[in-house]
Amino acid sequence: MADNAEILAGLAEIVEEVAGVAQDDVTAEKSFVDDLDIDSLSMVEIAVQAEDKFGVKIPDDELANLKTVGDAVNYVSANAK
Amino acid sequence: MTDRSTLRQAPGAPGTRILGVGSFQPEKIVTNDDLSKIMDTNDQWIRERVGIIERRFAEKDESLVDMAVKAGTAALADAGVDPSEVDTVILPNCTMPTQIPNAAAQVADRIGITHPAAFDLNAACAGFCYGIGVASDLIRAGTAKKALVIGAEKLTDHVDPVDRANAIIFADGAGAAVVGAADTPQIGPVAWGSAGEHVDLIYMRDDRWIYQEGQSVFRWATTQIAPIALQALELAGLEPSDVDVLIPHQANLRIVEAIAKKLRAKGAREDMVVADDIKYSGNTSSASIPLALDHMRKAGTAKQGDVVLAVGFGAGLSYAGQAFICP
Repeated sequence: MADNAEILAGLAEIVEEVAGVAQDDVTAEKSFVDDLDIDSLSMVEIAVQAEDKFGVKIPDDELANLKTVGDAVNYVSANAK
Repeated sequence: MTDRSTLRQAPGAPGTRILGVGSFQPEKIVTNDDLSKIMDTNDQWIRERVGIIERRFAEKDESLVDMAVKAGTAALADAGVDPSEVDTVILPNCTMPTQIPNAAAQVADRIGITHPAAFDLNAACAGFCYGIGVASDLIRAGTAKKALVIGAEKLTDHVDPVDRANAIIFADGAGAAVVGAADTPQIGPVAWGSAGEHVDLIYMRDDRWIYQEGQSVFRWATTQIAPIALQALELAGLEPSDVDVLIPHQANLRIVEAIAKKLRAKGAREDMVVADDIKYSGNTSSASIPLALDHMRKAGTAKQGDVVLAVGFGAGLSYAGQAFICP
């Protein structure tokens, strides 16, 4: 299973592809909405791609709790098979 | 005595095709700036979230039936079909203000179609593709000779005018197609279905206002609809690379683009024309696909003989798609 640094790198790739945010800007403390300017629909696209990439389920009600990149890394780390 | 063990069935047609298309939109244009005066929204936000620049709202005294009559009449004129030749009228819609009577019979009467089989069909935003599928199969079965399918909606009756999540999306209009027999099939089989387990994703709140779980609907539409479109192609004996024009239901430009991207990943061409009629029409539910088709034919972006792939999806949840040759 991927460690947190690998998950972060993988998420950064997805965020760049979906929202055009440079991978270097995607760091653990950043808020998706407030810092990276990612809207609710892009969050869904990121979740769908993360599900494919990490083999994890991210339901919409869980997605609402993933405020920061770090939240997402921890969620993937805890739930990936 | 007659042989009562075997009944007669009507001889069917070898194939079907779309003979003509027409549409109608209300005069009244509502811009994003107009909406920003009555609710907390703005042009940039709307364009980025849903891709709409402006939409059309019907006047108070302009009904779903009025719009359907105009679109149906235009489609018959385009097809060169006299109203007297039509024996079936199908009216996909989900916003008819009355349950009784239906819209289809009175629309048929006002167009001058005498005593056709006439019924409304509610599969929400999938309604038009459902309707084309039913019309095509009625003709193939010999039940109908010429069918008029009209998707018509007055969604503004059912949108809370200050609900900024929905009032920016939905609009009014009607689009229609005439379906008739053909020597060679030019309408593919419908790929359709429903997902009633998701009934609570799109519904009428307080029995009146359209409500949707935006993120969940977006996820469903961007992941589950491209496979339906691919299934429609397979049923018609086509490959993704055969598609000249893609017309997804105009729900949200980002959903439209996501479906197109998925189809291109499966071999659809980069030069495949993708409908973006939502920009100037908004989301008109069952009217959105025929509105887009009519506008694209008039603009020359959908040409006679083109392979068109249409796919609708919406409340229910319901979905349907088919390929057809552009008239």
